[in-house]
Amino acid sequence: MQLLNKHPESLLDVKMHYCPGCGHGIIHRLVAEVMDELGIRERTVGVAPVGCAVFADTYFNCDMIQGPHGRGPAEASGIKRAKPETIVFSYQGDGDLASIGMGEIVHTAIRSENITVIFVNNAIYGMTGGQMAPTTLIGQKATTCVDGRTAKQAGYPIKMSEMLATIDGATYIERTTVHTNVGVIKTKAAIKKAFQNQIDGKGFSLVEILSMCPTNWGTRLDNPSEATKFVAEGMLPVFPLGVYKDACAADKK
Amino acid sequence: MAEKKLMKGNEALAEGAIRAGCRFFAGYPITPQNEVPEYMSWRLPQVGGAFLQSESEVAAINTVYGAAATGVRCMTSSSSPGMSLKQEGISYAAGADLPIFIGNVMRGGPGLGNIAGAQGDYWQATRGGGHGDYRTFVMAPNCVTELANFPAKCYEVAFKYRIPSMVLADGILGQMMEPVEFTAPEVDVKTLVEPEWALGVNKGRAKRIVKSYDLKEGGVEIMVNERVKRYNAIEQNEVLFEEKMIEDAEIVMVAYGISSRVCMAALKQAREKGLKVGLLRPITLWPFPKARLVELSKRVKNFLVVEMSLGQMVEDVALAINGRSNVYLHAKPGASVITADEVCKTMDQILKKEAKEYAAAK
Amino acid sequence: MPKMEVDVDKCKGCYLCIQVCPKKCIEKSDKFSKTGYYPAKDSKEGCCIACLACAHICPDLAIKVYK
Repeated sequence: MQLLNKHPESLLDVKMHYCPGCGHGIIHRLVAEVMDELGIRERTVGVAPVGCAVFADTYFNCDMIQGPHGRGPAEASGIKRAKPETIVFSYQGDGDLASIGMGEIVHTAIRSENITVIFVNNAIYGMTGGQMAPTTLIGQKATTCVDGRTAKQAGYPIKMSEMLATIDGATYIERTTVHTNVGVIKTKAAIKKAFQNQIDGKGFSLVEILSMCPTNWGTRLDNPSEATKFVAEGMLPVFPLGVYKDACAADKK
Repeated sequence: MAEKKLMKGNEALAEGAIRAGCRFFAGYPITPQNEVPEYMSWRLPQVGGAFLQSESEVAAINTVYGAAATGVRCMTSSSSPGMSLKQEGISYAAGADLPIFIGNVMRGGPGLGNIAGAQGDYWQATRGGGHGDYRTFVMAPNCVTELANFPAKCYEVAFKYRIPSMVLADGILGQMMEPVEFTAPEVDVKTLVEPEWALGVNKGRAKRIVKSYDLKEGGVEIMVNERVKRYNAIEQNEVLFEEKMIEDAEIVMVAYGISSRVCMAALKQAREKGLKVGLLRPITLWPFPKARLVELSKRVKNFLVVEMSLGQMVEDVALAINGRSNVYLHAKPGASVITADEVCKTMDQILKKEAKEYAAAK
Repeated sequence: MPKMEVDVDKCKGCYLCIQVCPKKCIEKSDKFSKTGYYPAKDSKEGCCIACLACAHICPDLAIKVYK
């Protein structure tokens, strides 16, 4: 009998703190598997955000930095420019990347910084207890919009992949999901491409991954179909999956 | 008798601000103050006010800078790392003479630190934190009722002297639940007179500018010196502190906020053992009760500063006492809680002359 | 005969594996683990086809699939 799915070396064999059914654990594993398959673990430096994934610095088996909320892309730029031989990834949630970090992610894409960004979009603030996120859906309830988000009060959920794709410096932008097995497989392929681009020096790559947050969505932790249904029926129509940008640095003037 | 309501500290702060006339709030989630923006998000619309969850603490302070310029009573809140982000905006508000109200529910720092209550932002709050020559009116509550009632005083001082004002609380006070009595009179915002500097519809009057710059030579010096006159008036008129069992005290504990609660327990414990100790609790941290400390230091031989930091307020205490008495420090940074037992033990050592001074009497 | 095994120390009882298993090989345990969850159970005898769907979706690396 052969074990088909070995524990990736790029992820430490420790229990992760994420809630039952949270997408972070899946995505951590995928990033680690890709790091293993590309053989980059020993030269990778990861940037952990502020948010539920703040503890990513203890989970990945490579050098990690944890810094201020939203500033991951700036930190990653500093690491990459100071040590171009490293592979650098910034792992961020929707508050970190699309709220306070909006300036940093846009400018890191503008500069076509040769880094990989893993953007976990679960349309809510997790770590701080369920406040509205920039990607919270219209009508979705959160602790700072208890009757549901309205466009009048808080505008519309931001489509980061679409927006970043308009930036000339962005090389590769794809949106995937981890609420289904097939989604997980496609997410891994996208993450692999995003890291391969960096290895090949092709510029800024970002994968936006739709993810579950049963705790703050108020869906049952022992019945994952409620959360996966929210992704399928609520999030997918607003955040369609697909490749939004795929260009090579060599083609850029 | 006024009605008492069981409330969480953060919510009492928000409700207290609203009762004091706050009609605009902008803020961002950060533990341990999330209940402030959450409460504001549904309560402000109820009283005809407006709430905004800003994209960051930087955006929030600048949004409040804008709202305050229209003369509206507004507020932003955060916790330590978020307060660091706000420093530029606070400096601008001070330089533009805007009465903004800020709530800081301190947590362990520096950096990300932890999410538990601490007192590590004293310097940041009282020394500016932001750049340039300015002051902020800072009040330190030590119970949920004070969290509920201090906003009224903060708005009063802020608008009277055109200065940013702050309630400096910590994660323990913010999260604890106590019976609250709203004693500060509720403000009817319809009776508030729009300040003569407020921006808005300029029909029928000369234009107004809200700004903090003056590039002419000597311009900023003039602006700051005019402010200093107001700061001196605040130091004359607005100092607040509380004293317990000072009269015959051989050691006076000096503590604010949650540490003062620990010291009250230590006071009781020590007095039961026959030790002559007392407590001075600064309520305004700026203006600091310097004059009172100067007076006390003529008679009291020992001061013990107790704070959940590496020792920040102790500098102000030592400065005021200026070598007339011994100053001792019992400090724990990083949100580690100080116990009454520990404080009593330190006071024991002081009386036995076994404790090391922070600053010895000359 | 392929099989899937659950590490009950790691399983948080989220049951995403049960949801994705195409052959309905996985059930909830009725005994709670020392971490307080009712974990998923190892695949039913002779059921598993080693498609790895459960291993792909498990957020806690609690699943091992053998062939």
